Amino acid sequence: MKDRKRDFQLSCPLPLPARDMVLLGHGSGGKLTAELIRDVFLPAFSNPILARLDDQAVVSLNGLRLAFTTDSFVVSPLFFPGGDIGSLAVHGTVNDLAMGGAEPLFLSAAFIIEEGLSLETLARVVASLRQAATEAGVTVVTGDTKVVERGSGDGLFINTSGLGRVPDGVLLSADQARPGDQILLSGTIGEHGIAVLAQREGLEFDIPIVSDTAPLHTLVATMLEVTRTIHCLRDPTRGGLSSALNEIAARSRVGIEMDERAIPVREEVKGACEVLGLDPLYVANEGKLIAIVEASVAEAVLAAMRQHPLGRRAQLIGRVTDAHPGLVTLRTALGTSRIVDMLSGDQLPRIC
Amino acid sequence: MKYIDEYRDERIARALVAQIARQVTRPWVLMEICGGQTHTLMRYAIDELLPPAIELVHGPGCPVCVTPLEIVDKAIAIASRPDVTFVSYGDMLRVPGSRSDLFRVKASGGDVRVVYSPTDALRLARAQGERRVVFFAIGFETTAPANAMAVWEARQAGLKNFSLLVSHVLVPPAIRLLLESPHNRVQGFIAPGHVCTVMGYREYEALSREFRVPVVVGGFEPLDLLEAIAMLVAQLEEGRAEVENQYVRSVTCEGNRPAQQVMERIFEVCDRKWRGIGPIPQSGLRLRPEFTAYDAEKIFGLEDASAEEPAECISAEVLQGLKKPVQCPAFGQRCTPENPLGAPMVSAEGACAAYYHYRRQAAATQGRAA
Repeated sequence: MKDRKRDFQLSCPLPLPARDMVLLGHGSGGKLTAELIRDVFLPAFSNPILARLDDQAVVSLNGLRLAFTTDSFVVSPLFFPGGDIGSLAVHGTVNDLAMGGAEPLFLSAAFIIEEGLSLETLARVVASLRQAATEAGVTVVTGDTKVVERGSGDGLFINTSGLGRVPDGVLLSADQARPGDQILLSGTIGEHGIAVLAQREGLEFDIPIVSDTAPLHTLVATMLEVTRTIHCLRDPTRGGLSSALNEIAARSRVGIEMDERAIPVREEVKGACEVLGLDPLYVANEGKLIAIVEASVAEAVLAAMRQHPLGRRAQLIGRVTDAHPGLVTLRTALGTSRIVDMLSGDQLPRIC
Repeated sequence: MKYIDEYRDERIARALVAQIARQVTRPWVLMEICGGQTHTLMRYAIDELLPPAIELVHGPGCPVCVTPLEIVDKAIAIASRPDVTFVSYGDMLRVPGSRSDLFRVKASGGDVRVVYSPTDALRLARAQGERRVVFFAIGFETTAPANAMAVWEARQAGLKNFSLLVSHVLVPPAIRLLLESPHNRVQGFIAPGHVCTVMGYREYEALSREFRVPVVVGGFEPLDLLEAIAMLVAQLEEGRAEVENQYVRSVTCEGNRPAQQVMERIFEVCDRKWRGIGPIPQSGLRLRPEFTAYDAEKIFGLEDASAEEPAECISAEVLQGLKKPVQCPAFGQRCTPENPLGAPMVSAEGACAAYYHYRRQAAATQGRAA
């Protein structure tokens, strides 16, 4: 028998050479995106406003504080349950302004259209964009149109930029979280990402999952009426709740502890994630926000959120701590604790 | 969620942990075979709950991790061809080959698609007419029946543009290799519940008898794993070495006979190289000669391609349970999910990636202590 015994060979692949091209993962909102920003964009445009890396820039002009932001929308398919690229293009930019505490005022809208797109489709998107802008109380005051050859775009890309006014006394930034602060989440997570994925992949569920896309500025205004001392607001879009909290933990140099049982997830989203091997903590939202607030006002802010239609299922989901700066941890359903990391690229469905 | 939350109940978990603690009188080293089980152990930090006498080591059951380098290289070669649509499960796309990975092939213009099942690949082949569609058929006995079925259906439908790049691996030969190794430390195994759902657990009874080692077929939820650990500890403490089935809601002794039959009809057992471990006799599946028309390696003339993996990382020791990922000097430093040195850092089910994502901090402390 002895001759059958043998040891393992020690062998393992070498790392790939330094990254030489842009991969899809660079657009996932995870670590690869952060690397691209750090290595390519920040060095080129270095300035103190950009360096804050918030969802919007807040600039002062003659005593007037303006929030300015831009966002591009490349969703496939263009129409999905609960919304479409047009409404998303308004909500995304309005929400980036709202996360700075701003009242959104003006939008630009630029359309990059692939040759062959049906005019009927374009008209539907534009009508939806107009309706979303009207509902959000913003005016589209400038725009642009480009057409690219067939094969150079995915039907339609939209870019919107937004301008808003920031009230006095409001200072919201990802570097403002302090140990002891409480973390509030405005509602259930994961609906947008799963709705779009299901539509794209032709997956059907017993209870249809609808995107949560919505403008959050009136919810923010309601919260700011309770207190101007909210430290930080983020909308957990691509990369989900975990990426947003990891950014805050890194920028504020604090630790964050979440309680898994406090995070609201709809049953149907949970089910879809179980089947697909995805973690709802990393799935995109388009109508939710995270607020980091002082413990003394947390209850009052939470109560105000729950009075608002977009905050009815708001929850206190965790706290900021001085332990493990830069790390986000989760108290699991079993009462144990683990790290919630930022993904490097897109969340990949597991094989089995 | 019904049928999920019941298996994540803190109260029952604590009761099982207390039961394990009452039974343990000395240290035991246990291995969970399957990467899905490793993932759950890390995701719920179950090792935090266990008495220190129970050491869990992580087995070679991550299909992504053990797919050999030359197969990844072959996948890249096929996917780079302009006349091919290459179809794969998502987590194979990031696995590094010798010089590239499938994500890069896609970024460079290759037609690489992610699907959830080989049936999706078959549908693509039907829709594409002449264009060749190649499905990356990797995995254990769990994924093999569905892949076999796709070949069967392709033949029934007379599809000429569909083929598989096959790199299936089998669990029992890998367990045998572990048990025959002079360095083996593992005293009890949690057998992979999904594999046993297909195969049953007769094969494990032979291993258990021959090596006098207890085996418990375990599920994938936290309570499944705690119960499986409790059953293993009971066997070890009582001096028993048997095969027991914890995952009774899914696994029967004989397994899924129709699934086994379709596998046997399409595939035959062959020797197979495992990434990080090396060749294991009779540990793989390949297409039977009558199905060579569906064998992408033959279609594209890649049968003889081979690749050697330089000795760089300690994945073999990790996969063998000799070392924890954190005991690797490169862990979290030169080797991260963004820049994986070895396959176990790539897949969500890989032991190194599971440690990195869920336990980095606690792991760092243990690593220093070790």
